Amino acid sequence: MFEDIIKAFYIAKKDIKEYYLKPPTISWGIVFPVVFTLAFLLKGGPKSSHLIPGLIALALFFGTTSMAAASIVFERKIGSFERILLFPISYLGIALGKVLSSFIFGMVSLATLIIVVIPFILNVHIFSPLLVTVLVLSALMFSAFGVFIAFLIRDPTNTMLILNSFRLPMIFLCGIFIPVSSLPKFLQVVALLLPLTYSVEAIRFAIEGTFDIIPPIVSILLMIIIIISLLVLSSLEIKNMIP
Amino acid sequence: MIPLKHVIIAEKLVKYYGNFMAVKGISFRVKEGEIYGFLGPNGAGKTTTVRMLCGLAKINGGRAFIYGYDVTREIKKVKKIIGVVPDISNLYMELSCFDNLMFCAEMYGVPRSERKEKVLELLEFFGLENKKNVKFKALSKGLRRRLTIAAALVHNPKLLFLDEPTIGLDVKSKRQIWKLIRELNKRGITIFLTTHNIYEAFKLCDRIAIINEGVIVAEGTPTELRTMVSGSKIIELQVHPPIREPQVFSRIPGIVKVSTRQGAIRIMVNDVITALEGIIKLLKESNREIVMLNLMGADAEEVFMKLIDRTKESKKYSAG
Ligand SMILES: Nc1ncnc2c1ncn2[C@@H]1O[C@H](COP(=O)(O)OP(=O)(O)OP(=O)(O)O)[C@@H](O)[C@H]1O
Ligand SMILES: [Mg+2]
Repeated sequence: MFEDIIKAFYIAKKDIKEYYLKPPTISWGIVFPVVFTLAFLLKGGPKSSHLIPGLIALALFFGTTSMAAASIVFERKIGSFERILLFPISYLGIALGKVLSSFIFGMVSLATLIIVVIPFILNVHIFSPLLVTVLVLSALMFSAFGVFIAFLIRDPTNTMLILNSFRLPMIFLCGIFIPVSSLPKFLQVVALLLPLTYSVEAIRFAIEGTFDIIPPIVSILLMIIIIISLLVLSSLEIKNMIP
Repeated sequence: MIPLKHVIIAEKLVKYYGNFMAVKGISFRVKEGEIYGFLGPNGAGKTTTVRMLCGLAKINGGRAFIYGYDVTREIKKVKKIIGVVPDISNLYMELSCFDNLMFCAEMYGVPRSERKEKVLELLEFFGLENKKNVKFKALSKGLRRRLTIAAALVHNPKLLFLDEPTIGLDVKSKRQIWKLIRELNKRGITIFLTTHNIYEAFKLCDRIAIINEGVIVAEGTPTELRTMVSGSKIIELQVHPPIREPQVFSRIPGIVKVSTRQGAIRIMVNDVITALEGIIKLLKESNREIVMLNLMGADAEEVFMKLIDRTKESKKYSAG
């Protein structure tokens, strides 16, 4: 198992070298969240600082999932994913490798965003061990989510379209702009099924000390459970790829 | 305990894709140190067989052992000792030759202290040392194929699978790859290769299995198989630079008659393989490239068909 974790890091290193400059990764993973965030912060001025937790979650979400999609769907299309299956490594190890490369790319999106939004958040007492924990968990969860979805995508030409049909509605359902508590009951239920909700709640608590409807300890525990479940599900998907 | 002189033992292997039976209970054994060829037309089940043996496809029936390890139950151990070159050159486009091989070395668990040396050694062996920092996507088809073979060797496997090693390459690149394959075999690596190129199979392999529609229809050394495929055929040939005196071919063993038609040389032969060998040798000596080579009626597949029909006939007779 220890060997597999090291190999997962090698997969991540290779993915970063191979995909970080690909246009869909850059445009959807970095440019989009940064521009989106800037648009909102410039429009709202200093009053908009309450949007920051949601926008940070958004950057992580788009960064990680774009990388997952690029590295998995593209590799499957050109047949190089099969190389990974020839190496002596477990399916879980492969899934972990893909999650790690997405995670690292998500951290790059986040760093870019923080540099861009620093003028807006200077007055906020922001970094704490809790925030770092919550950010890492969020990035891991989104990566695992992205990897899971990416393995389900069969037709590579529509990758970003399919991904965005998941991602864009989540912006509005998961409490980034509109608190989940003010959504109609039915949409609240939907929001509770989406991983982004827990991340936004936890990040908000870490930055502002308040939450909307989910206590931070619940968010954190659920995120851990979601990460593990998605990793296991992804490794099963990989196993099922073998005809 | 299964004796180790057989590197691969396949017993009644079966593969279904849905309801379609792609491999129909084939058995064969590959001996240590030989080049064993799987020769067959498109869709015969060659790739499927390789995939079953290296863990890329489930075995639906029968059993396979590699170096005594059960392929189904001990696949991780098998993966550590085999090298696999897939039918497409599928290394990573944005990575340099060096980085591609390093990644494979990392994934095969080559010790950190040995990786770099091994990778440099392989780049040199494959004549790619001056391409070390060139990205895979910038390589020609022939060089891509070579690097893909190198990538399967980073962990010093004792057994190498080559699925269509020269598919889509020009004559010159093909020759280079054949030379490399022979050299690897000389260094003690057992080779299992698939091809639909009858010439390639007969030139390289110690033993050949001819496979069609998921069934092995003949197996033997090139000489053994050659005797089964006699009878007259016509080879149509164009070379560059052109030959003014095509009658030079008539001296080659296996050739019955030589004529020209519409710029092409037509050669009637009674032993395809011997004739082809002679033709290629003669062309090589006079520094000519083959522009077109046609085995009239059909291509190599017709030769397979001949063998296949023979097996059908013999079955008919033995049944009647
Ligand atoms: N993943 C798959 N799903 C369904 N059918 C498949 C799959 N892979 C191969 N087949 C079918 O199985 C048969 C054998 O295919 P295989 O690729 O093993 O042939 P091959 O001998 O390697 O031929 P080629 O010269 O084209 O590479 C073919 O009829 C092919 O269509
Ligand atoms: Mg094939």
